[in-house]
Amino acid sequence: MHDSHGLSPSLQTGLGLFYFLVMLMNVGFALYQQYETKNKVQAMIWGAVATVFGLHAVAYLAHFGWSIFPWLQNSIDYVMNPVSYFILAVIGFSALLYFRSFTTQPVVAWSILNATLWFGGLAMTNNNFKDIITKPDNVPIVMLIFSVGFFTWLALRKMVLNDERIARGEPPHEKALEEKVLVWPDLVYTELIAMVICTLILIVWAIVLKAPLEQPASSARIPNPSKAPWYFLGLQEMLVYFDPWMAGVVLPTFIIKGLIALPYIDFNQKGNGYYTFKERTFAITTFLFGFVVLWCVLIVLGTFLRGPNWNFFGPFESWDPHKNVPLNNVNLSEYFWHFFGMSAEGHWLVREFPGLLFVFGYLFILPPLLAKTIFRGFFIRMGFVRYMILITLIQFMASLPIKMVLRWTCNLKYIVFIPEYFFNI
Amino acid sequence: MSIGDYIRNTQVWKSIFRHPAPRDRRNRVVVMLTNVFLHLHPVSVRKSGIELSYTWCMGGITFFLFLVETVTGVLLMFYYRPTLEHAYNDILSLRDVTTLGILRELHRWGAHAMVITIWLHMYRVFLTGSYKPPREFNWGVGVILLVLTLLLSFTGYLLPWDQLAIWAITVGSNMARATPIMGYEGPGSKLLVIGGVELIHSGSDARFLLLGGRFVGETTLLRFYVLHCVALPLAAALLIAIHFWRVRKDGGISGAL
Repeated sequence: MHDSHGLSPSLQTGLGLFYFLVMLMNVGFALYQQYETKNKVQAMIWGAVATVFGLHAVAYLAHFGWSIFPWLQNSIDYVMNPVSYFILAVIGFSALLYFRSFTTQPVVAWSILNATLWFGGLAMTNNNFKDIITKPDNVPIVMLIFSVGFFTWLALRKMVLNDERIARGEPPHEKALEEKVLVWPDLVYTELIAMVICTLILIVWAIVLKAPLEQPASSARIPNPSKAPWYFLGLQEMLVYFDPWMAGVVLPTFIIKGLIALPYIDFNQKGNGYYTFKERTFAITTFLFGFVVLWCVLIVLGTFLRGPNWNFFGPFESWDPHKNVPLNNVNLSEYFWHFFGMSAEGHWLVREFPGLLFVFGYLFILPPLLAKTIFRGFFIRMGFVRYMILITLIQFMASLPIKMVLRWTCNLKYIVFIPEYFFNI
Repeated sequence: MSIGDYIRNTQVWKSIFRHPAPRDRRNRVVVMLTNVFLHLHPVSVRKSGIELSYTWCMGGITFFLFLVETVTGVLLMFYYRPTLEHAYNDILSLRDVTTLGILRELHRWGAHAMVITIWLHMYRVFLTGSYKPPREFNWGVGVILLVLTLLLSFTGYLLPWDQLAIWAITVGSNMARATPIMGYEGPGSKLLVIGGVELIHSGSDARFLLLGGRFVGETTLLRFYVLHCVALPLAAALLIAIHFWRVRKDGGISGAL
């Protein structure tokens, strides 16, 4: 890949237009604050922000060649690795939920959006970043990031407002709209407009961006990295921590089964047909963690940050196929037997008994223990069968973060290692 | 008499639309009942059901994209031949030569968009608790539709027969050989031995079933083509019909009965 100096004129013009649009967005928001919410201070702040973006637009349209600071690129690349990336995502996710009444205020959300757009534009001046973002099949993931981010904000916002209404003794917003309207014209016209807008977006997208077509298929030339289609990259990322039979077969099966079983194990009758967080804290936190952190965040990791040999690369790092990452992962049985000064060998049943014991305990001893303690309320209200299904699903979902933490803290490779039967966990 | 009124009074028009224009309350009800496409809808809905910030419109957009994929897909089938000899060159000529080659772009971007919109639809249905009784079964139908959407996209990914295609499918389908019992590198497969003969080997396991061979080749292309153009769309269409029917029968898109 080329170095980041000497920005192409077309890129600079494109960024100029991009920042111009962001400026217009902020002008609109400032006007909204001025005339709709009558908040003079906010109007001035967003006017100032619009001016900053306007300066960026002028600088790029005039081809000043501003590019992102090298020290910033280097420090981001230095700090980023699978561990910090995932932990930051979890911290961000927890903060978003915990401080939701603050983070979902429109002004806060708007600031986050602006910061993302400002940084995203600047980052495009790095060629490594630009090349990976603008790969045609990666464009949907940029859309995924922004749409999931937006809709998560929207839903949380509506949850916060509804929870406030419920606390005041009022019905949730949606329940206040029980009144019926005729489908013609109110719904069919909305649908028509939606179809027209979708058609327009799709046609513009198809004209601007060519569908990818690489060299003809050849079984002799194996690309490095070889990646599955983007929507499966979360599963491919799991291959770092699990063997294919777990990451590619068992866990996806459990995701599908778990989703189908979900309405039958959620016994909470509240929150049916309206946004609420407080009435469904456990269900919503679990689902958001699964969808946003374990599914979407890992897709972004697998697409943008995994390069040759599935090594991790920072967003500004060039994809060097010779990057060497030392791997010295150790199995649980080796840890165990070495602790007693012996070596891990012999019949698998003897050799692997610590791991088998661990897995047995996790699957069969932990659920009753939890039923007696922190999940006591669930167990009593759900009954044995529903409780066991819920707890098994949560255990399989939690197995990924557990394996991640064990890998990061003790270089653990397999908990159970029985290559004789391809049975490695 | 205006031209519009004249047309609406012709025998042809009246034979198609068997009621006056939907300008008053009665005819706005009748139009929903007498049109096969419109009668997917109820006559009236709750006000919350048409609020965009509540529904995000994602289910509707997913269905619209399914229709776009069907129409562009059928047209693309006129140009594309699923054989090693022709597949890549047909796509190449769609890009460079064929009039309306943009159909391929519409089809591919529509497919990517559909994967995102169906996830967002599921996201909204979950967050509003719309899977709760009486809609448990319809949520399950929706989950299967989501899996079918991913499979449709996955099988379509192979058809251009370029490097991107075969290696993505190779990586994806390699998982199948690790299927417990049914994959030849899966746990337990070595236990299926009768008289010293292994029942599960690379020529008889789950991956072989998926690919029609031991590697991604011409048989795979044909298999994925038939799945992509016939089997999966038919299954999806059937389940979409059930999905919509149940939305109506379960009392609208959300809320307790």
